[in-house]
Amino acid sequence: MSLPAEMAELEQIPAEVDARLAAVADLDELAEIDSAYLGKKSALTAAKKQLGRIDPEQRKAAGRAVNEIRAGIEAAIAVTRDRLSAAARAAQLEAERLDLTETRERIRRGSYHLVTQARDRLEDVFVGMGFTVAEGPEVETAWYNFEALNIPEWHPARGSFDTIFVNLGEPEQVMLRSHTSPVQIRTMETTEPPIYIVAPGRTFRTDTADATHLPAFNQIEGLVIDRGITMGDLAGTIDSFVHAFFGGEVKTRLRPSYFPFTEPSAEFDISRPDGSWLELGGCGMVHPNVLRNCGIDPDEWQGFAFGFGIDRLAVMRYQLDDIRELVNNDVRFLRQF
Amino acid sequence: MKVTLSWLREFAPDIDGDPVDLGETLSALGLAVEEMELTGTVTDGVVLAKVLDLRPHPDADKIQLVDVDTGDGEALQVCCGAFNMSVGDLIPFATIGTVMPNGMEIAQREMRGEMSNGMCCSGAEIGFGDDHDGILVLNDRVVEGAALGAPLAEALGIVPDVSWDLEVNANRPDAMSVAGVARDLAAALGVPFTFPDYEAPRGAENAADLISVDILDPSLCGRFIATVLRDVRVGSSPAWMQNRLTALGMRPINSIVDISNYVMLELGQPNHTYDLGLVPGGALRVRRAFDGETITTLDGVERTLVAADGVIADRDDRAIGLAGVMGGADTEISDSTTDVLLEMAWWDPPSVSRTVKRLNLPSEASTRFRRGADWGENMVRSLARFVQLAAEQGVVAVSGQVDERGIVPDRTPIRVRPTKINGLLGTALTPDAIGAHLTSIGFGAEPDGEDLSVTIPTWRWDTETETDVAEEVARMYGYENIIRTVPRGSAAGGLSDYQRSRRLVREVLIGAGCDETLPMPFLAPGDLRSAGLAEDGVTLANPLVAEESILRTSLLPGQLKAIAYNQSHRNEDVRFFEIDHVFLPAPEELLPDEREHLAVALAGEEAPAAVAVLRLLEEALALPNLRLRPTAAPGLHPTRTAEVIVAGRSRGHVGEVDPTVLENHGVRGRVAWLELDLGEVLGGPHGNRKYTPVSKYPSSDVDLAFEVPDSVSAAEVDGALRKAGGSLLREVELFDVYRGDGLPDGVRSLAYRLRFQAPDHTLTDDEIAAARQACIDAATTRYEATLRG
Repeated sequence: MSLPAEMAELEQIPAEVDARLAAVADLDELAEIDSAYLGKKSALTAAKKQLGRIDPEQRKAAGRAVNEIRAGIEAAIAVTRDRLSAAARAAQLEAERLDLTETRERIRRGSYHLVTQARDRLEDVFVGMGFTVAEGPEVETAWYNFEALNIPEWHPARGSFDTIFVNLGEPEQVMLRSHTSPVQIRTMETTEPPIYIVAPGRTFRTDTADATHLPAFNQIEGLVIDRGITMGDLAGTIDSFVHAFFGGEVKTRLRPSYFPFTEPSAEFDISRPDGSWLELGGCGMVHPNVLRNCGIDPDEWQGFAFGFGIDRLAVMRYQLDDIRELVNNDVRFLRQF
Repeated sequence: MKVTLSWLREFAPDIDGDPVDLGETLSALGLAVEEMELTGTVTDGVVLAKVLDLRPHPDADKIQLVDVDTGDGEALQVCCGAFNMSVGDLIPFATIGTVMPNGMEIAQREMRGEMSNGMCCSGAEIGFGDDHDGILVLNDRVVEGAALGAPLAEALGIVPDVSWDLEVNANRPDAMSVAGVARDLAAALGVPFTFPDYEAPRGAENAADLISVDILDPSLCGRFIATVLRDVRVGSSPAWMQNRLTALGMRPINSIVDISNYVMLELGQPNHTYDLGLVPGGALRVRRAFDGETITTLDGVERTLVAADGVIADRDDRAIGLAGVMGGADTEISDSTTDVLLEMAWWDPPSVSRTVKRLNLPSEASTRFRRGADWGENMVRSLARFVQLAAEQGVVAVSGQVDERGIVPDRTPIRVRPTKINGLLGTALTPDAIGAHLTSIGFGAEPDGEDLSVTIPTWRWDTETETDVAEEVARMYGYENIIRTVPRGSAAGGLSDYQRSRRLVREVLIGAGCDETLPMPFLAPGDLRSAGLAEDGVTLANPLVAEESILRTSLLPGQLKAIAYNQSHRNEDVRFFEIDHVFLPAPEELLPDEREHLAVALAGEEAPAAVAVLRLLEEALALPNLRLRPTAAPGLHPTRTAEVIVAGRSRGHVGEVDPTVLENHGVRGRVAWLELDLGEVLGGPHGNRKYTPVSKYPSSDVDLAFEVPDSVSAAEVDGALRKAGGSLLREVELFDVYRGDGLPDGVRSLAYRLRFQAPDHTLTDDEIAAARQACIDAATTRYEATLRG
């Protein structure tokens, strides 16, 4: 240390400051210490002013020594300030502590109906495959529900639909649609091919409501009309849909069947994990009579249609033991999904 | 349609293989196997026994004591709960130690003091049909020489067999017979298929001398073949025939009826027998019915006919049969019958269908006629088979038959283009391959240039066109062999604006804590009235229950029922919404006016809660110019309801449900309600948002409180302020409503915060003052409002 004799007492200051800092209680006291040792009236400030009066030989060394002492004190105070600030913040945060499990208010989200969830998901898959979504009325005429679909009035297939008729027009002229296929006809009547649609919606049958039946239920129907559409396209489209909806490991197969509005007709099955098959729906190549009924030339255009139940998918997915839950509207059921 | 392996083999002896695999082959042909059963394996321990004595149980009414002989001549006593046997009857008997198909082991038991040493069995208990009623009496079913105590299978001459219950679609008339199924299966397996020759000695008389058939309406009857059986004795048919009929689900009746059913099941040709003695002159006339003509059918019911029905009449024009549907009671075979007129006919399928439907009278025979029976060689074959089976029982037919013709479908060969077949199926089959598939199931196929000339067989009434033929080719080629492709031309998919907006509505409501409900669209009589609505719902003609007999005109009844249901299960304050169809009467139109509505029902909440939901939707959908106009509406609270007007058009109502209506439904508390014609709302303008640059200049807020009489709505004050504030007025917020101390009755204070801002400069004090004054003037001069100090 190169302090002249008259400044020798300055050497005591760092130890004195350290002692006070060790005992400091809060930031206010720290500010007092700061002022006392570094302020205008402090010994160090006074010493700096005295430097001019010191022998020039010694001045440089003395100045450096004073600055060193000052820097040391500044650093010590800064460290202490950080320590005290952190402690003060910590104390404040501690004082704000909350028990977050004590909350009483909650924002409840509602729930989509299971049928809507299944329907939206089906729509999304088909939209991704290039389809649009068509809709139609639930009360229909015999033309749209049967005749245009190649089911004449005497046809035995009419009986198998267990139709609910409506007291409008002639007897059996107006009915609750027994399938979504009338939407096919309405679409083909008003739209020029190519047509790529799916038609979800409610359908009706004279079934007594029980654990596995409802008189009103939901189906989805697909229709493609384009040039050169083949049964291979039908099988491939069903395959693509099933992979997208149920997963890539699920296999499909077509079996010959009969619907008046398709020829050839098929049922389509999907594979279960145990290797057995589950019948999902019906499909086929659109019957030329159906195309003609809608003013479409069957020599130029060909197409396929397919359909299956929506409610059943919801029932399968959640293994519901009673399909009536879908229409009971019990919040204890609705809020599970 | 049930078939058994043994019966199929009578037409294709080489059909063989694992029963499950054969079932898969049948399914792949379109004959879906609904159930497969291995038959002819009777439970070990069940033997043939004879009833020796029947006597009451001394201490029980519901059981009796039966002594049976199981072959040792001794009387073995059992207790039995059935009372249908008589002494001397032969019955199936489960001996002690027998394990029944249901797992129960037969043991010696004491029942109220009497010993029971086995069990007399019903048909169902040992897997012989579904009959649970009484013990199966086997008197006329055991084979000749069968000994008491013989295992039951041996006593009945049953051999192990397989039966498949097939789902036969309406387009497969051919598969409604054992022979038809055999034809398909043989083709799929590549084994030969042939009909046996049915030959039998015939009497010297000639059918044509004894009977005559006159087809007066050739559009009704395509062909009518008939002959006569002499010296008929009605007895029971042989065990083998009874076993086969039972295996196919038909109950044996008597020798003549059994042969009739046997031929129908085997060859697919329904047939009918008349007591010739009751048909004057043996003359039949085939014609349409006279309107109002009556006939008593075999089931004893008198039926009134219409001109579309077909009948078989006698010489005196009396209807004695309902064509293709059911015979008449007047000419029915009875014990006194000696001569039988046997009919094999082909009826026009639509005619039969109409009669069956009108009279609701389905039968095994009409099911086959409706699909289109075979009008070709099979009719003659079926008659020969009937005659042969009768001859085996000693009943001889006269020689020959009458064979009259009406109109049958045209079977001129059709042109089938392989290009069209392949184009439809996505295959690359050669003409030869297509021809081979078709001939394997009896179609004719001759080359015709590049195409094929195809003759459709008479047993395929359903098949008419090239497309129909394509399905047959696909069936025989195998659907599973068609290579899967995807359409090349599919355009970009997507939801419509309407559908996207509807999803947005759902999303918003779910975010607002509402659960989506989906009640059924049906109402019961009185539902509309108790919901305060007009009782003009469209009614259903054939509802199964009254609760489902009317179509809803509003979503209100369904929602109230749902709320009441939940409240009765201690869930009071549910928040529901529903988007679904309603059906408004449209007397001028054939169909009702079907619309898609949105309903929101908030149980335990007041009208403003519904308005808040409406405002949320307004914001989400950017509905232009939404206004509320106080109104009264059916079913809704008379002083807490407003009409919802969007862009000048009425789109529904918001408010609360009428307290009386709530009471009618047993709903507790208030229910805030919103019902919109969603189709109209989303069909109209919405979602159009325009960009306005955000101003860089500061805004100024001005608070104004007005005393406003209750007769003036807040919306009116709001509107006046907006109008007066002009383009500088950015926002208007009603931040306080106050009634009470310091204010007269019928007046409330409405406090607004107005935010002024210009897009291009900082507002001066003068500008703000002028705008403020304009707002005050507008509210006070026009709406009797006074500015509060």
